[in-house]
Amino acid sequence: MTDVAIEVKGLKKTYGSNEAVRGIDLTINTGDVFALLGPNGAGKTTVIEILEGYRHKTSGEVSVLGHDPENKEKAFRERIGIVLQETGVDPFLTVAETIDLYRSYYPHPRPVDEVIEVVGLQEKRDERVKKLSGGQQRRLDVAIGLAGDPDLLFLDEPTTGFDPAARRNAWDMIRNLKSLGKTVLLTTHYMDEAQNLADRVAIIRRGEIVVEGEPGILRGRDTDTRVRFAAPAGASPPLEAVATSDGLLEIKTADPTRTLYELTSWAVENDVRLERLNVSSASLEDIYLELTADE
Amino acid sequence: MSDLGLLFHQFRFENRSFWRNPAAAFFTIFFPLMFLVIFNVVFGNEDIASPTGETFSASNFFVPAILAFSVITATYTNVAMSMTFKRDDGQLKRVRGTPMPAWVYLGGRISHAVAMAFMLSVITIAFGAAFYGTEIPTTTLPALLVILVVGSGAFAALGLAITGFIPNADAAPAVVNFSILPLLFLSDVFIKVEDPPVWMDWVGKIFPVKHISLALQTVFNPFEPGSGFEWDHIGAVALWGVIGVAIAVRFFTWEPRK
Repeated sequence: MTDVAIEVKGLKKTYGSNEAVRGIDLTINTGDVFALLGPNGAGKTTVIEILEGYRHKTSGEVSVLGHDPENKEKAFRERIGIVLQETGVDPFLTVAETIDLYRSYYPHPRPVDEVIEVVGLQEKRDERVKKLSGGQQRRLDVAIGLAGDPDLLFLDEPTTGFDPAARRNAWDMIRNLKSLGKTVLLTTHYMDEAQNLADRVAIIRRGEIVVEGEPGILRGRDTDTRVRFAAPAGASPPLEAVATSDGLLEIKTADPTRTLYELTSWAVENDVRLERLNVSSASLEDIYLELTADE
Repeated sequence: MSDLGLLFHQFRFENRSFWRNPAAAFFTIFFPLMFLVIFNVVFGNEDIASPTGETFSASNFFVPAILAFSVITATYTNVAMSMTFKRDDGQLKRVRGTPMPAWVYLGGRISHAVAMAFMLSVITIAFGAAFYGTEIPTTTLPALLVILVVGSGAFAALGLAITGFIPNADAAPAVVNFSILPLLFLSDVFIKVEDPPVWMDWVGKIFPVKHISLALQTVFNPFEPGSGFEWDHIGAVALWGVIGVAIAVRFFTWEPRK
């Protein structure tokens, strides 16, 4: 048993003249939750669909659980679970029946009720699929992905469209999977999701990985402190400030004590009120936005 | 589970799902019966005398036409529409990501369509026998079974094949009806055209609809002696089944088209 679940070297995928994936290297260890982050159109889904065996790579090396997914081997499919972004199920079967149907495709499936419990659909066990809410259907998607007791689970944007409570539940569920020793590869465009769940993250932008590592290393990339405030019209602060999307001015600084001193003493001397003044370190969201911004 | 066990399992779930959509199940069954009633009203169900002086109900000539129609609705139309819907809905893509072999999934779907074709045939014949004096085939029963198996299998394969040319589920009814309704009219299923133009003759000869209809006519024709096997017609339908499989292999896709 190797401790590397997924190994990717120099992966490229082109559609005509469009380079969707431009040389990606990736190593995902067995038992890790790995998050692939990036804005829409960055190439996340293309990468994950190559790893699942839905797409053929243009060049590079891909090994998933020791298989090349392109060969679509049965032995490979028996060990993976796939939760795609938009996939339907038969609306007239019940939750338990649907899981039972998908279980039958695998050699060593998990018991129906165990899977239902992992995703928290016990109360909807005998409800027909068409009567489930969007969030419940998404949980059923995950349940189907788990039915065959896979070693590796692909989750493509598992919480898109969830309300905050449903997202927390989904996170608990994914932590639950990790405690079962599963390797999980998830894509998301929510930074907090990656931060809360992942052992490792990679940020992909325009078909290339711009940063990869533990969620903590992202923080280390940007230690500047943000000083944000609203200044009245006409007032020009003594320091260089940029406008943020929420109408504030922002100063990035490596020396927040001095910056604050200069800013506040200017404000006091000129009798300027600094509304909504706040001082914070860079959030992962800030770093993510900077990394994925178009220059 | 073995592949065959899996196919049976798949069939059972298809069947369960089918009957849980009562509106769809109801209309699938009553559509052919409705035509049987209409034909009898429109064309009359007078007795027809044979050269030997025996008389037979005219329904013996309607029923095989309705059977041809039933087989085509239950297989071609049904498979084409439902598979396009499942493709666009992502159900096929999901299935493709599991270890189940493709042929098992398609086999489950097609065997259910074939079973529905048989069920509709039994209902249609029973209805005709009960209300319109249709003679239930006896000496030609083996021929009837062969035609139903070959016909429903072939039209199910053609249903799979046509999905390759349906861009999305919304377009499915239009494409399917456009491909089959004219053929039903040009193949003497709904109306018998006396002295058809040459091109219409050829349409009937080339496409499978008239062949299955004529093969079934022979089975129910009380004036026709023998076992009822019209191998040229049955063979033509089977050949279309092979063509259907070949087209499906080339053009059928598992992923939604966007």
